[in-house]
Amino acid sequence: MTIEEIQNEIIDEFSMFDDWEERYQYMIDLGKELPLIDDQYKTDSNIIKGCQSKVWVHAEMNDDKLQFTADSDAIITKGIIAILIRAFSNQHPKDIIDADTSFIDKIGLKEHLSPTRANGLVSMVKQLKMYAIAYQTQLN
Amino acid sequence: MFDVEKIRKDFPILSRKVNGKPLVYFDNAATSQTPQQVIDVIVDYYHNYNANIHRGVHTLSQEATDLYEQSRQKIQKHFNAKFSHEIIFTSGTTHGINLVANGFSSILKKGDDIIVSALEHHSNIVPWQMLCERTGANLKVIPMNDEGELVMSAYDRLLSKNTKLVFVNHISNALGTINPIEYIIEKAHDSGAAILIDGAQACPHIKPDLQGLDVDFYVASAHKMCGPTGVGMLYGKEAWLKKLPPYQGGGEMIAEVTFEKTTYADLPHKFEAGTPNIAGGIVFGAAIDYMNSIGFDTIAKYENELLQYASQKLLAIEGLKIYGTAKNKTSVISFNLEGIHPYDVGSILDKLGIAVRTGHHCAQPIMDYYKIPGTIRASFAFYNTKAEIDTLVEGVKKAKMMLS
Repeated sequence: MTIEEIQNEIIDEFSMFDDWEERYQYMIDLGKELPLIDDQYKTDSNIIKGCQSKVWVHAEMNDDKLQFTADSDAIITKGIIAILIRAFSNQHPKDIIDADTSFIDKIGLKEHLSPTRANGLVSMVKQLKMYAIAYQTQLN
Repeated sequence: MFDVEKIRKDFPILSRKVNGKPLVYFDNAATSQTPQQVIDVIVDYYHNYNANIHRGVHTLSQEATDLYEQSRQKIQKHFNAKFSHEIIFTSGTTHGINLVANGFSSILKKGDDIIVSALEHHSNIVPWQMLCERTGANLKVIPMNDEGELVMSAYDRLLSKNTKLVFVNHISNALGTINPIEYIIEKAHDSGAAILIDGAQACPHIKPDLQGLDVDFYVASAHKMCGPTGVGMLYGKEAWLKKLPPYQGGGEMIAEVTFEKTTYADLPHKFEAGTPNIAGGIVFGAAIDYMNSIGFDTIAKYENELLQYASQKLLAIEGLKIYGTAKNKTSVISFNLEGIHPYDVGSILDKLGIAVRTGHHCAQPIMDYYKIPGTIRASFAFYNTKAEIDTLVEGVKKAKMMLS
């Protein structure tokens, strides 16, 4: 599936929720699932510091596709990470670079990507794209 | 007779909704809300008096100058300073601290000591670290105990003839601890050191008597006292302010300029380069008038009632821990739910219309002491109610249920 198709699928899923509580409960459940990153990559160099919560991101290239794993110490942040990874992982770097991120607004989680939250997520999205640019350069 | 419902009507923002719920504003330690009486003064200034001050011969300029200087006198009187020229208008507490730190860069030598406390806000640590780098002075830290109180016996041991400056906050922003500044000031003076107190968190709750305290410097921000952002005050004893060099060069702070030499203006203008925040300065005085119309004794008594009520209700929630349990504390409660990140709790409380602060509150050393990433901080003002505390308690219970 393309990034856009996955994003539309996520938007569809979220449209089934009636209110914020159901949306948040879903995010929290996603966040509670197994650690999203191998402990060996939970290093200081992979850390994105927010004032509020920490985010770790690791990237690996397999068969011209970029795979991301990530984690956070806050569970709602972790839930959003799970969604971002689902949308952007296992894709060609070029598609990641070109991808739109406005689906986050559409599923009602915009506030978590506001810079005032200082939760590392804004930097995480930037970091995913930076990894994609770096790996794309290698492919060229 | 104190009537909270009547007071709440002074604050238009308290009747707005957030995420479809009535706003519960418990982030007063970050900034306080503004009553209509103070907002009216902002509007009145721009409607009727807006002009540059201290320079025009025209009527508007003179009227604006009078209002600005009257406000300075109001602040002098409120804080019981000896002279109005001991009150310097600043952009806020951080500006005042930097002004003093900069002034001491010409006084300090290698081997001198500056003492700060473990309870400081970042903005209270960084200027002194920079000052130490510039001058070769050493930064020493008064440690805290588990209750979030400063350890005075350790302070006594840190003081020596090398101590040139002591700097502590009157009240901790992260924990609400009221520090024993009378003792700290006296001991600093016994060692021949100057003392600067950060009153940012104290002035919304207490009316400090600066001459009575015999403090050398004291800083405060208007926006924590029902006033506007971007304005504050630095108090300095006349002798100290005369001794310190100007902080910034520009208009207002000069007496005479030639290309060979500039002579500086007298106090307070020596430290007020450029066109100041005129509206802010005037409104700061109005905010102080508003708070005095309620009365600081009344405010302290009511806020303490809120603190006791909230502490008792919150502690009834299993797994909830309060950080900062000093005997002498103000209406701030920093807490966590066991095994749950403060950011998650804060996100859910926001959805319920409850404004709290989450994170390290710009006081990372305190968080490191407790080995936690941060806390949820609820800080109460005199316009908050017990019913709002009930809403918070229900919100925390809901967050706990959703996140466990």
